Amino acid sequence: MKIKTVKTAFIKTIPVMAGYLFLGGGFGILMENAGYGILMSFIMSVIIYAGTGQYLGVSLLVGTASFLTTAITTFMVNARHIFYSVSMVEKYKDTKPYKPYLVFGLTDETYSLLCDIKIADNIDKNLFYFCVTFFNHCYWIMGCTLGNVISRFLPFSTTGIDFSMTALFVATFTEQWITNKNHLPAIVGVFCSLICLFIFGKENFLIPSMIIITFILFFIKPNMEVGNA
Amino acid sequence: MHNVILIIIMALVTMFTRFLPFIVFKKNTPPFVKYLGQVLPTAIIGMLVVYCLKDIELLKYPFAIKEIIAVILVIVLQAKTRNSIISILCGTLIYMIM
Repeated sequence: MKIKTVKTAFIKTIPVMAGYLFLGGGFGILMENAGYGILMSFIMSVIIYAGTGQYLGVSLLVGTASFLTTAITTFMVNARHIFYSVSMVEKYKDTKPYKPYLVFGLTDETYSLLCDIKIADNIDKNLFYFCVTFFNHCYWIMGCTLGNVISRFLPFSTTGIDFSMTALFVATFTEQWITNKNHLPAIVGVFCSLICLFIFGKENFLIPSMIIITFILFFIKPNMEVGNA
Repeated sequence: MHNVILIIIMALVTMFTRFLPFIVFKKNTPPFVKYLGQVLPTAIIGMLVVYCLKDIELLKYPFAIKEIIAVILVIVLQAKTRNSIISILCGTLIYMIM
C-alpha cells in the first residue's frame, strides 16, 4: 500500500516537476545575476517556497527593502494562499502527523493537484497528500538551486516548458467540469477573473478576483442547495 | 545580515498566509467554510487558467495561436482520455514545438 501510494503520488506530480524545474530555474538565474549564490537560493526555496513571492523577493533583496515593505509586499503577493487554505481546512482535518507540513507546502500547484482529488481505497490518503507536497517541494528546491548553476552556462532551449503549468490548470479545470454537475462555480471563477483582469490589470487582478468570487459563491449558496435537493 | 532578516520575514509572512485559516477554524469548521471548500477549488482553478493566459495578445499577430491550439488540445485530450499526464505532456510538447 505504501509503495503504491508513493508511486501514484509521483506520477501525479510529474507535470509539476517540469513546471517547477523551469520556474525554479528562472528564480535561480535571477538570483545568480543579482549576485546571490546557490546557498541563498537553496535556503529561500526551502523556507519560503512560494514562486511569485520568491521572484519578488529577489528584487526586495537587491533593493535592500525595509522590513515593513518586505512584510507588506510579501503578504499582498501571497494573500491568495488564504483562499487555498480556507478550502482545504476540511480536507486536511485528520492528516496528523503531516498536517503542519501540508499547510506549509500548499502552493498553487499542490493545491490544484489535491483540492479536488478522488483517492482510491487502496491508497493511504494522508501519505499521498504528504508525498505530493514533498515531491513538489523537492522539484522546487532542485529547480531553484540548478538555476544558479545553469545560468553560468548556456542551457539548451527550454522555451515554452513553462506552458506545462497552464496545461496543468486547464486539464484540472476540464476534469472538474466533467466531474461536477454544477458548473456555476467554474463559470463564476472564469468570468469574474476576466472582468477583474480588464479592470485591475495583469499585475493586480488576483486578489480582487478572489474576493469577488468568494462573495458571489457565498451569496448564491441557498439557490444551490435548493438545486441539489 | 539585513538580507537574512528579509528572507526570514518573507518566510514567516508566507507561512502566515497559509496557516491563518487553519488556526482560525481550528476547533470546528463552520458550514460556510465547508461549503466554500466545495465550490472554491473549481472557481479558483478557473481563475488560475485566466492568470496563466493573461499575457496572450488576442488582437495582435500571431493572435495567440500557439496558446489557443495547445489549450484546445489539452481540453480535448483530457475529455477523451481523462488522464492528465497525457493531456499535459502532449499540450506542452506541442506548444514547445510550435
